[in-house]
Parts: sequence; structure tokens; C-alpha cells
Amino acid sequence: MSETSLITAAPGASARKRINGIDIFMWVLRCAVAAIALFGTVATLLEGRYSLAQWFDFAMFGLTLGSVYALIALGYTMVYGVLRMINFAHGDITMTGAFAGYFVATGASRSGLLAAHPILAILAIFTIAMVTCIAVALATERFAYRPFRNSPGQAPLICAIGVSFVLEQTVRGMFGSGVKSYPVTPWQDAVVTPLGMRIPVINLFVMGCAISAMVILYLIVHRTRMGMAMRAVSEDKAAASLMGVDVDRVVVFAFALGGAMAGVASVCYALIYQQVHFFMGFAPGIKAFGAAVLGGIGSIPGAMVGGMFLGLIEAVGPALFLDGLGITAPYQLRDAIGFLVLLMVLIFRPQGLFGEAMAKKRA
Amino acid sequence: MILEIENMSLAYGNIEAVRGVSIKIVDGGIVALVGANGAGKSSTLNAISGLIPIKNGSIRIDGQSSAALKPHEITRRGIVQVPEGRRIFGRLSVEENLLMGAFSRTDHAAIAEDRDHMFELFPRLKERRRQVAGTLSGGEQQMVATARGLMARPRVLLMDEPSMGLAPLVVEQVFDTIQAINAAGTTVLLVEQNALMALEIAHHAYVMEHGEIVLEGPGAELAVDERVVSIYLG
Repeated sequence: MSETSLITAAPGASARKRINGIDIFMWVLRCAVAAIALFGTVATLLEGRYSLAQWFDFAMFGLTLGSVYALIALGYTMVYGVLRMINFAHGDITMTGAFAGYFVATGASRSGLLAAHPILAILAIFTIAMVTCIAVALATERFAYRPFRNSPGQAPLICAIGVSFVLEQTVRGMFGSGVKSYPVTPWQDAVVTPLGMRIPVINLFVMGCAISAMVILYLIVHRTRMGMAMRAVSEDKAAASLMGVDVDRVVVFAFALGGAMAGVASVCYALIYQQVHFFMGFAPGIKAFGAAVLGGIGSIPGAMVGGMFLGLIEAVGPALFLDGLGITAPYQLRDAIGFLVLLMVLIFRPQGLFGEAMAKKRA
Repeated sequence: MILEIENMSLAYGNIEAVRGVSIKIVDGGIVALVGANGAGKSSTLNAISGLIPIKNGSIRIDGQSSAALKPHEITRRGIVQVPEGRRIFGRLSVEENLLMGAFSRTDHAAIAEDRDHMFELFPRLKERRRQVAGTLSGGEQQMVATARGLMARPRVLLMDEPSMGLAPLVVEQVFDTIQAINAAGTTVLLVEQNALMALEIAHHAYVMEHGEIVLEGPGAELAVDERVVSIYLG
């Protein structure tokens, strides 16, 4: 267990290995994707189909969605940090928060609270959604993941996928499989127009909430004892336990923080799309996982930057890269672009922007 | 008796790493555990710290069996390990590393005092207190690891190969530090491949070979024992 620690630096000699067929194929793939993106971009811009205001709209929506991805991605990255495990149920944990928020919102809407005291109502929605996500995350950790903590191989990952199904089907069984529309807040359709740009208030609100949550998280991780312990456990679990850190408590702490961020994200996501659905956690979950990998899984700033980047490329990418190639309705392909970015990252830069390679095992 | 290991055995799967080891650690001394690479020294330390379960025998802290304790609980009882290969937190700052060492304590004023004391003991660390620890030199990292261990105010400091990978001059400093720590009242259990230096400073020593204790006695006696000299010192 401790014997591996001194061999962390890989010998540099292996870098000069011989070029083989796969390397050539990878380079061709890399160049092809870059060429298509470049060609599409130039063609789109020459065509001039979109005005500056439209590009601004795309970017604004991308950053809004990206801030939500970033919040969810933080849950993946923190849990990976302390357990070296992908919590594939995290998207569905987010979904449970959206449902809890939905019930509070409908109640507040029917009773007139939402119209009379919107700030109070919004606070209640966020609080209940966060509490729900934290509770589900902690229950998942305690009853599903902890028994698998020291299991070899892929058992914890399979377990996480199982938890994902359990959460989806439980919500479906309890509340039905239909799409439920979120009550409309009074300022839902409001728009501000600084410098002639139309910005929906809801976008600013979502970004504001997401960024505040991330700032608070950053302070918790860097300024508190438990935050410091979490960073230490992420680096070296055994050494942290020798310092007197109760690793189980740190794991619970990481799940709770991830759950809190998921709770904020769930309300934001429901406010953007104005609906909830038992399967709604899947796509943002996978994309946020992609964002976490993109930023470097295990890295907290990486998850934030990765989420923003993925949201931006998803919103701007279809018009920018695909429109000029003559693809009609490129916006249908935005998920494909998002996942292509994830694939490219996994192939060409598995350590992401800030992090360590996913395959690299630490002592 | 702070720490007493009696007839302890442990195994990795079917491979027995330690067989019937008994070690007694009384208050105030430096006890050395020397032997070749793979003799089972690190495994013994890790068993004391609760990182590896033992198969037979017992480890008692203040007379109580530690079998049910987790690593962090053993640390909180004052048995603190400075692990092999230093294992400092490379992405935390030097100061955060020291504070991690004091994680099991809640006396904040005294922690700050101890931190300042560590900076006196290791002035190099004070200069680099805000620096990320992973960027320090090997010797400086050993200082961080040692200071971090001391920040727990251990009753027994378990040091695993503190001289490993360090330049001879730095090794001298490390051993001076160990003696200073001991003189200040901390009991030390020192695991070393560098047998000669370890025996020189040890009050009592054990020699391990193939998972068993083959010799024990006062450090100064073992240092001139012809069996030890022939095996380890050439």
C-alpha cells in the first residue's frame, strides 16, 4: 500500500516510442475534426446568416446552460476526488431535486405565494431542492456505495448505474412518466436590454445563482478544515487517515457538497426548460460528467471551466460549425456536438484541462 | 507501556509478511527497527497505524487492543506515522500540510503556536509556507513530512525510512532532527534500511529479517554486534 509511492514519476524514456498505425489514424482524425470545424466556421461567417445579436443570444444561453452543467459537474469531480469512482447516479440525484422543487413551486403558485412573495418562494424552492438532493446523495453513499467501497474492479460503477435506474423508476412510479410543466414565475419572461442586447432575466438569475453557489463552494473547500481534509483525501487517502482524518466523514462531506450543488442546479435547469420529467437527469448528468472530464476529473476549477465551455460549445457550436456546411436545422445536432467534444477529450487529452488522467491510479 | 506488539503476524493474501513479531515501546526512547528491504518493517508500522489488519497476535496501545480502531483513531491516541516516501500533500501549501498534521487536535491557539515552533525548527519551511508543497526539494519535503507528524503532538512518532532518497548531508540533518525531537520528549520508533545510522542514535533496537525479529538489544551493542555488521554493514 505504501510501497508504490516513490514510483510516481514515469521514466521519460518511454515518450520516444515508435510511431505506429494507430498514432497516424489518430492524427488524421484530429486533423479531420479540426478541418471540418474550421471549414464550417469560415463558411458560416462568410454566409453571414446570423447577426451579432443572435451570436450574443447563443453565447448567453450557452453560458447559462454551462453554469448549470458546471454545478452538476462539481458533484462528479468531488466524489471522484475522494473515492476515485464515477457516481453515475448524480444526474438522477439532480432530477430528484428538480421534482422536490417542482412540488414546492406548484404549491407556492396555487397558494399565491409565488406571486405575492416571489423571493421567499424561490428561496423555499431552492432550499427544499438542495435538502432533497443532499438527502438522496447521502442515502446513496451510505446504502449503495459504502458496501462496495473496497470491492475490486467495476462493481462500484455498476452499482452506480443501478442506483441511477432505481432513482428514475422510483420517481416514475410515484409521480408518473408524463412531463410536468413548472409554474411560471412572474418575471419568467422579463428581459433587460443593456446596450441594445436582449438578455432574459431568467438567464441572469440562473447564472447569478450558479456563480454564487460556486463561490461559496470554493470558499468551503479552500477556507475550512473539512475542505482542506477533502483536498488532502483527494491526494492521498491513506496519508490523510494517518493525519487523523476520518475518511468516511470526508466522503460524506463530499457527497453532501455535491448534493447541494446538484440541488441548486436542479432548480436552475427546471427554470430554464420550465418542465420536470423522471428522465430529465440523464442528459445533463452525462454532459456534466463530460464537462468534469473536460476540465480534468478531480479538479474543482476544472469542473467549473469545463461546464461553462461545454454549455458554450453546445449553444454556439451548431450554428458556428455546422450551418456553413449546409446542414439544415443544425440545432438538432447540439447534443452530438457536446458528446463529440467529450469523445475527443477522452481520446486526445484524457487528463482534461487541469487534472490527472482518469486511468492513473494513485496509492 | 505506550505501545506493545505481541507475537504479531500479518499476511498479504497467502504471503506472510510478518511472523510472530514482538516489540515493546516504553516512554521516552528511540527504538529502531532495522533490516533489509522487504524484511517486513514497513508492514509492521502500517499494522500499528491500522492501515493493514493483523492476522495473529495483538497490538496494544496503553494496554488496550487497537484491533477495532481505524487509522484516524489510532492517530488520535497519539501514535502518529510519518510514512515512507514522505507522502506529503503536494497540492496543498506547506502551511496547510502542517495544519493537516494537527487535524486531530482542536486546541487552536496551541496549534498556531506549534506551527510557529515548526517554522523555527525548519526555517526553510517558513520561507516557503505559502508555496505548494509538491514543488519543494526532497529534503524540504522530508522536513514538511516530519513537521507535519510533529504537529499532531504525538506520544510516539513512527518514522518510516526518513533517510530514503536524500543526499548524505541531508540525512545527517534528518537524524539530528530525530534526536532533537526525542530530546524534547517524543518517543520515536524509527524504521530504517540505513542500519548503522539508526543503531547509532537508538536506545533500543530490533533487527528484522524475512518477517521475523532475529536480534534485539541496545542500539550501541547491536551496532558492534558481528552478526549485524556482517549482514547489514558489510
